[in-house]
Amino acid sequence: MTPMLKRFFQISLALFLPLLAGCNMVVMSPSGDIAAQQRDLIVISVVLMLLIIVPVLFLTLYFAWHYRRTNVNAAYDPEWHHSTRLEVIIWAAPLAIIIALGAVTWISTHKLDPYRPLDRIDAARPIPADARPLTVEVVALDWKWLFFYPELGIATVNELAAPVDVPINFKITASSVMNSFYIPALAGQVYAMPGMETKLHAVINKEGEFDGFSANYSGPGFSHMRFKFHGLNQQRFDEWIARVKTQGTALNRDAYLRLEKPSEKEPIRYYASADKDLYSSILNLCAENGKMCMSEMMHIDMMGGAGKESAENREKLEYDNRRVERGENTNSPTHPASGEPSRSPQEPNSTVNDNGQQPMQHDMHNMPGMDMQHQGHQAPDNGDGNPAPTQLNNNN
Amino acid sequence: MFSNPDLLKFIFGRLTLEAIPYHEPILIVTFIGVMLGGLALLGVITYFKFWGPLWRDWITSVDHKKIGIMYIILAIIMLLRGFSDAVLMRAQQALAFGENEGFLPPHHYDQIFTAHGVIMIFFVAMPFVTGFMNFVVPLQIGARDVSFPFLNNFSFWMTTAGAIIIMLSLFIGEFARTGWLAYPPLSGAAYSPGVGVDYYLWGLQVAGVGTTLSGINLIATIVKMRAPGMTFMKMPIFTWTSLCTNVLIVATFPILTATLALLSLDRYVGTNFFTNDLGGNPMMYINLIWIWGHPEVYILVLPAFGIFSEVVATFCGKRLFGYASMVYATCVIMILSYLVWLHHFFTMGSGASVNAFFGITTMIISIPTGAKIFNWLFTMYRGRIRYEVPMLWTVGFMVTFVIGGMTGVMLAVPPADFVLHNSLFLIAHFHNVIIGGVLFGLLAGVNYWFPKAFGFKLDPFWGKMSFWFWLIGFYIAFMPLYVLGLMGVTRRLSHIEDPSLQIWFVTAAVGVALIACGIASFIIQLVVSFRKREELRDVTGDPWNGRTLEWSTSSPPPDYNFAFTPVVHDHDSWYDMKNRGYGRPLQGFKPIHMPKNTGAGAILSTLSVALAFGLIWYIWWLVAVSFVAILAVAIIHTFNYNRDFYISAEDVSAEETRRTELLARQV
Repeated sequence: MTPMLKRFFQISLALFLPLLAGCNMVVMSPSGDIAAQQRDLIVISVVLMLLIIVPVLFLTLYFAWHYRRTNVNAAYDPEWHHSTRLEVIIWAAPLAIIIALGAVTWISTHKLDPYRPLDRIDAARPIPADARPLTVEVVALDWKWLFFYPELGIATVNELAAPVDVPINFKITASSVMNSFYIPALAGQVYAMPGMETKLHAVINKEGEFDGFSANYSGPGFSHMRFKFHGLNQQRFDEWIARVKTQGTALNRDAYLRLEKPSEKEPIRYYASADKDLYSSILNLCAENGKMCMSEMMHIDMMGGAGKESAENREKLEYDNRRVERGENTNSPTHPASGEPSRSPQEPNSTVNDNGQQPMQHDMHNMPGMDMQHQGHQAPDNGDGNPAPTQLNNNN
Repeated sequence: MFSNPDLLKFIFGRLTLEAIPYHEPILIVTFIGVMLGGLALLGVITYFKFWGPLWRDWITSVDHKKIGIMYIILAIIMLLRGFSDAVLMRAQQALAFGENEGFLPPHHYDQIFTAHGVIMIFFVAMPFVTGFMNFVVPLQIGARDVSFPFLNNFSFWMTTAGAIIIMLSLFIGEFARTGWLAYPPLSGAAYSPGVGVDYYLWGLQVAGVGTTLSGINLIATIVKMRAPGMTFMKMPIFTWTSLCTNVLIVATFPILTATLALLSLDRYVGTNFFTNDLGGNPMMYINLIWIWGHPEVYILVLPAFGIFSEVVATFCGKRLFGYASMVYATCVIMILSYLVWLHHFFTMGSGASVNAFFGITTMIISIPTGAKIFNWLFTMYRGRIRYEVPMLWTVGFMVTFVIGGMTGVMLAVPPADFVLHNSLFLIAHFHNVIIGGVLFGLLAGVNYWFPKAFGFKLDPFWGKMSFWFWLIGFYIAFMPLYVLGLMGVTRRLSHIEDPSLQIWFVTAAVGVALIACGIASFIIQLVVSFRKREELRDVTGDPWNGRTLEWSTSSPPPDYNFAFTPVVHDHDSWYDMKNRGYGRPLQGFKPIHMPKNTGAGAILSTLSVALAFGLIWYIWWLVAVSFVAILAVAIIHTFNYNRDFYISAEDVSAEETRRTELLARQV
C-alpha cells in the first residue's frame, strides 16, 4: 500500500470502527490476516463510494424538498434540460471513483488470490524463511466436514485446529454436491466441489475458537453443517494432535464410506490415522472399491484414449448413479438419532472386482483398452505432482 | 382395474396419492383457502354471467392494452404467493434458534425459499415489467397495437401456463429444494430424484417461450411501428428502456432455455453434462445460468428506470435532464450486462486476473447507472415537484437504490466478495436493488398509468399509506440483514444456532409485517378507488399534465388507440403538441384495420400445461397426446384466414364524438 493510501485507510478506519463496535461483526473484526485485508477492502471501497454517495443523497433530499410545488420562491425553469458542464461532471465523477476502485481491485484481487501462497503472517511480519506451512485437506461431505492433516497423518470430522501464525494451505473438495468452505474469522470462502480441488491460503493470528460452516446451500442438512476452528499456540496444538492420536480410531476406506453417507449434526470425530491416498481417491471419485479414478481416466485419454474397448470402463466411472441404484434416498437425511441405519457396517460388495483387486493399485492389465506399452506407467500422482482434476487456476 | 399396478403406472406415471401433501397442515389450509376462493370466484363469474364477456373480451383478446393489464393482474396474484413464502421464511428464521426447530422442517423450508426466488423473479417481476411494456409502448409510439397481436396473446398465456405449473407443485407433489437457480449436481437426478426440479424446469421452459416471443414482438413493434417523425432519438425514455430490455430478453432467454434443456437431458435421458461423473461439469451450468441470470437483472431494472424517467419529468413539470446521456447510459448498461456474469461466483476458483476483470466490468456498470441518478436529480433541479404518489415512489427509489448500488459495488471487489458472498449481506443487497429499484418503479408505474388504463385515478391516501409502509418496512426488514451478513451469517438456513442473533431476525420479521401492511394498503387502494371511481374520474385523458403520446388519447383509450396516427416533432411529443396549440381532429375519420381476437393462445397454453404435467409425472400417454394436440392446434391456427376486420368510419366517428362531448362538458 502506498503511504497515501495507508493514511487514507487509517482515517477511514478511525471513522468506521466506532460505528461497528456495537455488535460482534466477525467480518469486520476478523482474527486472520487474509480476512483482515479483506475487511480493509470493504472499508476502503465504502469510503471511496461515500465520496459520491453522500453528496447524491444530500442533493436528492435537498432538491426534493426545495423544489416542491408549494415553495413558490424556488426557481422554475421548465425548458432547462442540458448542460455540457454538468454532463461532464456526472460522467467523470463516478468514472474517477471507479478508476481508483478498479486499481485497488486489480491489485488486491491478485494479492489476495486464495491460490497464492502467503508472503506475510500479518501486516508487520513477513513469513520467516524456515516456516513450514500446515497442509489441511478439506472434504465437504453430506452434511459434515472431514479434515485430513497429511503431514500429521491424522484426520478429524467437524473440528479444525491450527497453530497461530503458521500459514495454512487448504486443499478443498467435496463428495457429492457443491458447498462453500468458510471460516469468517480466518479468510474468505472458497467453493468445495466434487471431483475438483480448490485452494485457499490463510493464517490465523489470534488464539481462540471460531465458527466455520458451509456457505453454499447443499441440501436438507445444510443448516447444521458447522464446525469449530481452533486457533491454538504451538504447545496447545501439539496437545491437540496428541489428543486426536490417543482418542482417535483409524480412517480407512470402509470407515470413510460409512462416514460419507448423508447424516446431520454429526459429532466431532478424531482419527489417529488416515489412509494416505484416501483424500486423493475422494478427489478422484474412486474411494469406493472397483471404481476407476478420474486421474486414471484422464491419463488414458492423455495417452490417446482407449478406443471402443473403453466402453467397459464406463461402469467403473459412474459415481452419482450408484447412490440411486443402492436405494439411498439422497434427499432425506439419515439421522444418527433417528434409528435409521445411517451407516451400515456392511458395505455392498457387488462393485468389488472379481479378483478382489484393490483399486488404487492401478494394475494396467485390468484396464480394458489400455495400450500395453504403457504397462507399469503409474497414473499421475494425485497428491501434488500432477493434480489432473484441479481447478482452472494454475497460479500455484 | 385398480389392482393392476402396471395399468396404474401407465395411467398416472409416478403420480400417486402420496403426492398429495395431506399430512402438511399448512398446505391443507392453503389448499382449502384457494379452493374456497376459487369456487367463490367461479360462482361470482357464473352468477353475473361473466363467462361470455370474459372469453370474448379478455381471454381471447389480442388488444395490447388488455394483455398488458392481464400480465399485471398475474403479477399481483403471484406477488401474494411469493410474499406468503417470504412471510413463512422470516417467521421460521425468527423462531428457529437453539432448541426450537421452528415450524418448517428443512424439507419444506427449502422448497419455500426456492419458490420465493423463482416466483418473485419469473412470475412477479417479469410479467409486471412485460405488462407495462405491452400496455405503454404502443401508446407511447403512437401505434394501434403491437406488431404481432396474436403472438402477444400467446406469449401472455404461455407465461400464465408457467405460473400454473409452478402453483400446481404446491398441492401435487413438491417443488424444487435447490435454490432458485437449481445448481447441479444438487439439482441432478442423483441428488434430487423427485418431481420438484422437474416442476421447476418445465414451469420455466413454458414461461420462457412466452417471454422470448414477447421480446421479439416488442422489438419489432418499437423498430417498425413508431409514429411518423419519431426517430430513435425522439422516442420516450420508457420506450428506449423497453427496447434495450427486449434486446436483452431475446439475446439471453435462449441461453436459459438451452441450459435448462441440458439439465433436463441429464435428468430424463441420462446424459452427463452437469453430473460429477463421466466427464460432466457442474461449473458449466453455473456459468451458463448466470450468462442469462445477470442480464436478467437488467431486464427487470431497465424498464423501472424508464418508468422513473417518465414520472420524474412529468411531476417536476420539466423536460428530462440529459435525454441523450440517459439513452446512451441505457445502451451501455445493456451491453455491459453481458460482461459481468462471473461476479456471481468469484469464489469458484477462477484466477485472479479473471476475477479482477469481471469485478472491474461490474464496477463500470455503476458509471452509467450513476449518470442516470444524476439525470433524475437534475431534472428535479429547478422543477416544480408535485408529490403525487408516483413521485413519492421515485424519491424513495433514488435514496434506496443509491444504497443498494453502493453495496453492489462492494460485492464487486472480489476479495471483499469472498467474505460477503452467499451471506445475508448479499440477500440484503439484491433485495435492496430489486425492491428499491424494480418494485418501487413498478408501483410508481401502477399509480402513474392506472388512470390511463381505467379512466380514474387511484386513491392517493391509500397510495401514500402503501408507499410509507413499503419504504419503512423495507428498511426495517433488510438493514438487519446487512448487519447479519457482516456477522458472518449465511443464507438459506432453516435453523440458527447462535441465540444472540435472534433479535436481528425478529426485527427483520417486523419489517416484513410492515411490508405486509404496504401490500394490504395497495389492495385497499384498488378497492377504495374502484368504489370512489366517479369521484376520481378523469375524462381529459391527461390527468397528470403528461408529456408523452399516451396522454393524448382518451382514458381508457379506444380499441384503436389513436383515430389518426400522430406526427411527432419532439421527444416530449404530447407536451410539444400542447404547447403548439394542438387541436383534436373532429372529422374525416377513416375505417381502421384491426386484428381479430382468437382463442388459439389460451388453448395452446392449456395444452402446454398438460404436456408439462405429463413430463413431470412421467405420464407418457399425456405427453404424446398433448404434444400432438399442440402441433395440431398450431397448424390449424395457421389456416385461420379470418384474422382481421375494420372498425367502420362511423364507429370511429361516434367514439370520437362521444369524447368531444365529454371534454366539452368538462370545460
